[in-house]
Amino acid sequence: MASTETPIAGIAAPRRADTPFRRFLSDFTDSRLAVLAAIGLAIVILAALLAPWISPQNPYDLAVVSVFDARLPPGSQSMDGVTFWLGTDGSGRDLLSAILYGLRISLSVGVASAAIALTIGMIVGLVAAYAGGRTEGVIMRIVDIQLSLPAVLIALILLAILGKGIDKIIIALVIAQWAYYARTVRASALVERRREYVEAAACLGLSHARIVFRHILPNCIAPLIVVGTVQTAHAIALEATLSFLGVGLPQTEPSLGLLIANGFDYMLSGKYWISVFPGVALLITIVTINIVGDQLRDALNPRLQK
Amino acid sequence: MSVFILRRLLQSVLVIVAMAMIVFFGVHLVGDPVYMFITPDMDQQDIENVTRALGLDRPIWEQFWLFIVNALSGNLGQSFIFGEPALGLIIQRMPATLELAFAALLMAIVIGIPLGLYAGLYPDSVGAKTIMAGSILGFSLPTFWVGIMMIMVFAVMLGWLPSTGRGSTVDVFGIRVSFLTLDGLRHLALPALNLALLKISLVIRLTRAGAREAMLQDYIKFARAKGLSRSRIVGVHLMKNILIPVVTVLGLEFGSLIAFSVVTETIFAWPGMGKLLIESIQQLDRPIIVAYLMMIVFLFVVINLVVDILYSILDPRVRLGDRGQ
Amino acid sequence: MSRETILEVRDLRTHFFTKAGVARAVDGVSFSLARGEVLGLVGESGSGKTVTGFSLMGLVDPPGRLVSGSIRLGNEELAGLLEEGWRRLRGRRIAMIFQDPMMTLNPVLRIDTQMIEAIRAHVDISRSAARERAREALARVGIPSPDERLSAYPHQFSGGMRQRVAIAIALLNEPDVIVADEPTTALDVTIQAQILYEVQKLCAETGLAMIWITHDLAVVGGLADRVAVMYAGRIVEQGPVDAVLDAPYHPYTHGLIGSVPSQNRRGTRLTQIPGMAPSLLALPEGCSFAARCPRADAACKVLPDLLELSAGRTARCHHPHGLVETTVGEDA
Repeated sequence: MASTETPIAGIAAPRRADTPFRRFLSDFTDSRLAVLAAIGLAIVILAALLAPWISPQNPYDLAVVSVFDARLPPGSQSMDGVTFWLGTDGSGRDLLSAILYGLRISLSVGVASAAIALTIGMIVGLVAAYAGGRTEGVIMRIVDIQLSLPAVLIALILLAILGKGIDKIIIALVIAQWAYYARTVRASALVERRREYVEAAACLGLSHARIVFRHILPNCIAPLIVVGTVQTAHAIALEATLSFLGVGLPQTEPSLGLLIANGFDYMLSGKYWISVFPGVALLITIVTINIVGDQLRDALNPRLQK
Repeated sequence: MSVFILRRLLQSVLVIVAMAMIVFFGVHLVGDPVYMFITPDMDQQDIENVTRALGLDRPIWEQFWLFIVNALSGNLGQSFIFGEPALGLIIQRMPATLELAFAALLMAIVIGIPLGLYAGLYPDSVGAKTIMAGSILGFSLPTFWVGIMMIMVFAVMLGWLPSTGRGSTVDVFGIRVSFLTLDGLRHLALPALNLALLKISLVIRLTRAGAREAMLQDYIKFARAKGLSRSRIVGVHLMKNILIPVVTVLGLEFGSLIAFSVVTETIFAWPGMGKLLIESIQQLDRPIIVAYLMMIVFLFVVINLVVDILYSILDPRVRLGDRGQ
Repeated sequence: MSRETILEVRDLRTHFFTKAGVARAVDGVSFSLARGEVLGLVGESGSGKTVTGFSLMGLVDPPGRLVSGSIRLGNEELAGLLEEGWRRLRGRRIAMIFQDPMMTLNPVLRIDTQMIEAIRAHVDISRSAARERAREALARVGIPSPDERLSAYPHQFSGGMRQRVAIAIALLNEPDVIVADEPTTALDVTIQAQILYEVQKLCAETGLAMIWITHDLAVVGGLADRVAVMYAGRIVEQGPVDAVLDAPYHPYTHGLIGSVPSQNRRGTRLTQIPGMAPSLLALPEGCSFAARCPRADAACKVLPDLLELSAGRTARCHHPHGLVETTVGEDA
């Protein structure tokens, strides 16, 4: 029976010799929910990108929109025989088209502000970690104070100061969110900075810029991606909230939040669709991004890798 | 210990002064509020009179100095719209906001801790997984959207609860409160739950993480080895250790509850200071915006101090100023 | 063994059902314990000695489970008890002391709270009576000014003092058996000696029986009456402590003793046991020590029985030291 050599130490599972990317892919696809969310998110992004071509009508073309079609329930037909699958809003726009256009605005604002905040936060975080000493102390103090205030409050203060507008809301979101990135980058940069190879690089006489960008930064990418994903969802939700409150985007830039706000008045009279469908679109966007972000965190976290 | 508190106080004052500067100069960048009070039939002289009456003709530094001096005596300017002291208006609206925030805090504790505890004690159960999925949703759904859905479901479709206002109120020591009448409670239920949702999710996560960590500790196993009942282990040994981080975080989050009540109050037409802020922003009522922001910063600073004190009461290791290990 | 037997463990098996397979942490352990006796349970980490201790307390958590075997405490059979039955027993008839005194006391509860609750979980007496008993227990384990110390928090005690408190808590309800899981490993040598002395005195005075789990042969030599050596979930050798340490039968015990520095053998080279303990998930067939054993041969592919090789001494080996090879046959 006991003919074969029995291994002394435990069971060594043979590990496939994968590339890091393939291992990441297999880790990511571990969760069926995450794959589903990723597909959903891809559809949302495509729909936003292609809005002008796939929308049944241009909701802001006054020649097409007729006030006589206002507040029609989902599935009704216009006087010209066009079907409004999701109904129409208070001024007779096809709600599906309005949502696709609104998605475009919401996503652009969210992605743009997240990208700018990421860039600024990354630079500040790297400077803090690399410079150390007083500079680091001052920067991190500011970051701490800012993080102790809720982002919605900071954005609200700024918009109270700046007024409405797409540029203003992006500025407000960037200022409300850069600190998250700065904290993340500094934390992982500090870990890297203490590694021996960074000291070795310094001894070789490499320039500061080269050490930071070629050696420290690449190691901060994974946490940055994770935080960036989650913060993009935050930015989109924040913009929707502020626009809903009437302090975000002007009526000329109808994002999802604004569509929801416009429909809110009709809700109490039972015309639910004007608010609910844009809300569902917002929800799908935010939830899919969050699920993808969560799974990214697990897949990119080297400590959790089994 | 007292040096620590002194330093904390100094830091708080610095934060308040910095915020005062940012808020004051920032708000002055918004359009000139004089135009709010100008009617077409006014001539140049009238406009100047109005400007002078509002103190808007002086240099901005002088205005700021005046602002600081007045602020120290509790005067944050007159509302352009109401013609009353701005701080007075804020304080008048504050009880409604505080009532809402405290109700939300209570809900977060009463709902969040038991659910989190269950999820932590039975992490593989279906119930626990449902709770955690719910808490992820609670985190990612925007507050205003959930509020709208609540109105649609509970007020419009089911007709169970009213959707706006405070309902009947009772005066307690000159402060109007809703929670002492049934009608007031019914009005309070939806907005408080809406405001609490994020915090419920947070408390669930904290409690669950705390419970899972504590259950692995030797002192829990030792408590079991003493033959204690499960209810005693969970209710005393576990809870006391979990409550420390939960209370700390919840305390710190109280400020964010007040900040988020801006959203909830607007949706549910709850007449608190958040709703007043939004109205004031839209009407460029500068003194009220400034007064609100100063009040919020002040609240945050006070809350941070109170939490530190609470924390030291709960955790004996901090109280005595030396950490065990 | 003239004294009355208080604890009788027969063929105890505790397995852990993990995703990677079944880990046989305790696989057929038998021993008995008389009143006032101290049994040293010795082994490397991972040998199953701690799990044996937890099994006796009914404190094995999933995925671990007591699979089979019998634990008799006095006249009562413990294997198969439900949780409430175990709870009633724990801390009253059988108590436990843990390894790290820094971790065993709840940091946010006062000492008196933690002692009073231990009494009142089993006995229906008033808080003040329970507090008085707690005070006596603290005094008995040598804690100065126990009255003040009762109102203190754990972090106000040193490690040695905390372990004394833990021992006092274990003693509160005058149990028949105490399972001590390396209770002095984390302490200074001088403190360790004090505590060992106190424990020895307690056992002699009160008839308390004790299972002292450790990897430290020196402690066992000074404290225990008998010793059981565990390897990979099984007891490989058992007997009176002096006899076993002087002339071990099992090659593993031999190796363990050889790897301890000692005054008598100064200047000689310490022997070491080659290799590592096997994974409990993939135990080899036959004798689990065979792969590391200098005496192993083909016979060791079959698991040897635990045989009584001399009076009161058993070993699980085909080729024990100190005996003529042919007396225990290679009949496999």
